[in-house]
This record gives sequence, C-alpha cells and structure tokens, in this order.
Amino acid sequence: MVIGAGHTGLAVSRCLRDRAVDHVVLERADVANSWKTERWDSLRLLTPNWQSRLPGLAYEGDDPDGFMTVPEVVDFVERYADVVSAPIEIRTAVTSLSSVGHGYQVDTNRGSWRCRAVVVATGACNIASVPAVSSSVPSSISEVTPIDYRNPDQLSEGGVLVIGASATGIQLADEIHRSGRPVTLAVGEHVRMPRVYRGRDIQWWMDAAGILDERYDQVDDINRARNVPSPQLVGSPERATLDLNALTGIGVKLIGRLAGVNDGKAQFSGSLRNNCALADLKMNRLLNTIDEWAVENSRDEEVDPSHRFAATIVEDSPPLGLDLGNGQIRTIVWATGFYPDYSWLDLPVLDRKGKIRHDGGVVDSPGMYLIGMTFLRRRKSSFIHGAGDDAQDISDHLAAYLSNTTSVSYAKTSP
Amino acid sequence: MSDQKVDNGVNVQALLDAREALTEAPAAAQFTWRAKCDWVNGTHSRTSVEGFFGLGEEQKHRTEFSFDADHPEIFASEDNGATPVELVLAGLASCLTAGVAAVAQNREIQLNSVSATLEGGMDVQGILGIDSDVRNGFDGIKVTYNIDADASKEDIEALVAQSQKRSAVYDIVTNPTNITVEVS
Repeated sequence: MVIGAGHTGLAVSRCLRDRAVDHVVLERADVANSWKTERWDSLRLLTPNWQSRLPGLAYEGDDPDGFMTVPEVVDFVERYADVVSAPIEIRTAVTSLSSVGHGYQVDTNRGSWRCRAVVVATGACNIASVPAVSSSVPSSISEVTPIDYRNPDQLSEGGVLVIGASATGIQLADEIHRSGRPVTLAVGEHVRMPRVYRGRDIQWWMDAAGILDERYDQVDDINRARNVPSPQLVGSPERATLDLNALTGIGVKLIGRLAGVNDGKAQFSGSLRNNCALADLKMNRLLNTIDEWAVENSRDEEVDPSHRFAATIVEDSPPLGLDLGNGQIRTIVWATGFYPDYSWLDLPVLDRKGKIRHDGGVVDSPGMYLIGMTFLRRRKSSFIHGAGDDAQDISDHLAAYLSNTTSVSYAKTSP
Repeated sequence: MSDQKVDNGVNVQALLDAREALTEAPAAAQFTWRAKCDWVNGTHSRTSVEGFFGLGEEQKHRTEFSFDADHPEIFASEDNGATPVELVLAGLASCLTAGVAAVAQNREIQLNSVSATLEGGMDVQGILGIDSDVRNGFDGIKVTYNIDADASKEDIEALVAQSQKRSAVYDIVTNPTNITVEVS
C-alpha cells in the first residue's frame, strides 16, 4: 500500500511494479494534489528541467536549463502517473493507519484495506509551521502562510513583514516588495547559494560533484543535515541569483530573527550579522569544494574562472524592534517552514518532535516505509530527482521483507 | 596540519557523549543556574555562585566563586569592583572564548593563543533618566578576536561564527528574555 500519488509515491509504484510487488496507491484527492492546490502562482522548481527525472521518465522538452512552473510540474507528474500506469485509487483519503496482526489496517473514506507493507509518501510540507509567538500578534495585522498565499494582490496595501529567509521567504519577499508593498525580512539561520557559478547552474555542480548523492549514513550528524533550511534559490527564466544582497538592492529591509512579540511590539534578535557571516562562510566552503572538484576532474578549463561573491551586506545597527500597532506593517507572512500531517497515523512510530522514526526511510515498524523527506537517504531526497534512487532502495527492502512471508500483500476488507 | 595531536584542553569526547546521552534523556538536560547577591555599601555589592541544578540533581562548583561589583569614582562611587555592565561583557567574552576552544577541538584545529577585546557603547543619558528615548543598556557590542591557530583565516572565522551560534550568553544578550523580579 502506497499512501500518496505525488511524484514520490508514483516512483515507488513504478519500482514495486518492476519487482512484481502487487500494490495500490491511495490518493486523498487527485494525482499531484499538493502541487495543484497548495502552491503560490509564481513558484517554479528550484531544480533545472534536465534534473526532472524519475524512474522511467526524463525531461524531453527544449529548455533543459529552464525551471518548471507549477502547472508544468502538475503535467509532468500526471504524465508520470500514465507512464508508470500506477494502480491509483483517487479521492481516497486515509483516515487511520494502524497495525493489525503482522501487517497494517488502512481506513479510508472509501472503505478499509489490510496490507503487509505500507509506504508513506504523503510529503514533507502538508502544514505550514507557524511559531507560537504568532498568538501575540495584534489582531489588526493580517497573517498568511505559504500554503494560503497565491500572489501579492491578495495582501492589503502597506508594509509586509516576511518571517523566514529560506527559499520560500526570499521568493515571497521579492515579489511582494516589487508589488509596491515595502517588505521587512526577518532573517535567521539560512543557506546562501548562487543560482549560477562559473557559468553552470549550482545544481549542475552539486550533481556532478556527487554532493547530492551523499548518503544519510555518510554524514557526521544526520539530524542536523535533515534540519538544514532550504537554500536561498529561485527558479526563474533569467536564472537570477536571489540572495539577501539582491533583496536589499531593491529596497527590502533585513532584520534579525523574530524573537518575540510583547505589547504589540515585535522584537528581533541581534544575531543577524552572525547568521549572515555563517551563511557566507558555508557558501564559500561549498564553492571551494566545487573548485577542488573541477581541478581534480579536469573540468577547470571548460568553465568560467573561479570567483567569490560579495559578502552579505548588513547595516551597522539593524533595528531590534518594530511597532506592529502603528500601521506600517499590515501583513505578516510566516515563511517559517512546513511539517508533515500525521494526524491519521495510529501507530507508535513518532519521536518526541512528532517525526517518524526511521533509518533511511525504513520505519521503526516492520513493513513500514517513509519517502519524500529532506535527506531521507541522500542529500537530494527532497528534490524531484531524489525520489528515484530512494524509491529503488526502499522497494528493494520492501520486496525482501515481503518475500519472507507468503500471504497476499494487500486486500480490501470493507465495504 | 601536523601529526601532533590537537590539544586545546577541551574534552570533546565527553561533550559529544553528553550530547548523545541528553538526546535520549531530555529531562536531564534541564539546568537551573543560580547566583546570590548581597549589598555591601553604596553601589558596591558581592555576588556569589556555588550550587546549581542539572542532570536531575543538585550540583556544586568545586568551590564558591564571588564577584565584586561597583561603579567607578567618576560616578561618585568607591570602585570596589567591575561595573555590572562590564561583568556582562566578561560573561559574553568568556562564553564565546570557551566556544572557540571547544569548536576548535572538535574541528581538530590547534589554538596557540586567543584573545578578545570587547567594547559596549552606552549613552548614560538613559540610566540617568535625562532622555527617555535613550535605552539604558548598550547601543551595541563590538567583539574583536585575535587568534593564532594552525588554520586558515577562513577556518578561524568559521570557529568564531560557530561559537556565536552555540553561545548561551550571546543568545541571552541578542534575544529578549522574560524576567520576573519578586520581593519575598
């Protein structure tokens, strides 16, 4: 039983079919539902088109260096569902997953199923994380999360405070500020990356140098690696770099991490300078790795010369407070991350932070698997093209698990 | 890097072991730090620290430590000790410097010398109640590190940046903290 018909669930379906494992893919709505209903209008993939590849499907268009828009991603995933001819039960929302005997019971709005193995492919970004401090925000301020946000026109005129400077935060800060609503961007720890380095997309470098293939059991601290924020990247036809300097260049004001809201005043950390210094240092470390790889692999001559980007500019004394009651800020955008929805999971597999306990996608419950999470098995796990290798590995493990028993792998029990 | 073993006097293995143990037993990670302050005379006071709570039980420093605080003579005081704001600088400097040593040890960087100078700017119109638009505390703190280590400039900068990221006092100074003051 595979839960979720996004690109990862479909990749798993393809890999299970290759291994002759009978299965069903349950989908709460339609194929690629999150892409259809939970994304903002201007969003494009962070990865170039040539990198959109899944087991049995590669990008065949005429713009390999471009970035897919959301409707293009929907087309791509729908086409993939056709290619793999996945056995999908659409409009079948799982209401409960529990254990029964040596397997699992899956209750849905359209009856119950029993299966010996289950793959959770419901995605990492079901619910927007909003910090507890939001409860102290004055009611005069409108609040929006990236799940509800579509475009700047839905926001009131006036100032906007964007909280969070990862991929989502910088992209929304950019388009909201350009819409004439002055943006203040609260910046905590972040990952800075140029879109193009030495004439090649940063994803090309990380792909070629093997950085994206780095495995979960090879890194020093996998918990830390799984919590690294998404890189400050945007996919745009211009292949533009959207870093903090680009944002301050158009007039966005940078401010420290949101630390609290007291008496209608937002307070910000004095750590902005260090967070920017850390991001600059880490970016330069990545560029050093790339430069070394280019020399060692004789690619140094075929690309543009090595160079470094200007350090992030931080004003001498960034403000530490903002009055949320004086009308300057009308809207807060919480670009503070996402978390998966496991409200339907009736199994003791969550850790104290509410995450599924797993070892590279093999969940701490026999026959249960997880896929599509940040750095699940590889650094690329959360990207479209990261689903392929993870799905292969997990399907291997699942097939081996099933071969140890002989009963049917799933059955509908009601109605 | 030489073959000699890096030794900054930090037992990194013990810290890593503690990190692992406390990940499994988060209750033991709950610490309470304490200080006791007695007024001596005028602006002179003496603060001592000895006991604290952590790892699920009462703990004690090897010995009691005490710190005299006072104001300088230009504030018509007797200058029997550092001003409290200087003690804040001392706390920040010690915390960041301990972090530099620990991070260096973990990254196998030998430190030869580390010194930091700290400056906290302050407009005393705030504490004197002359201008209510001026805050009482520092308008900013500048820390300058001078580090001699067997590492590149970039690696040394990374040590200092990482030390800020993990510093308790840096966090206390850069982020607001709720304070409850009661009279018993």
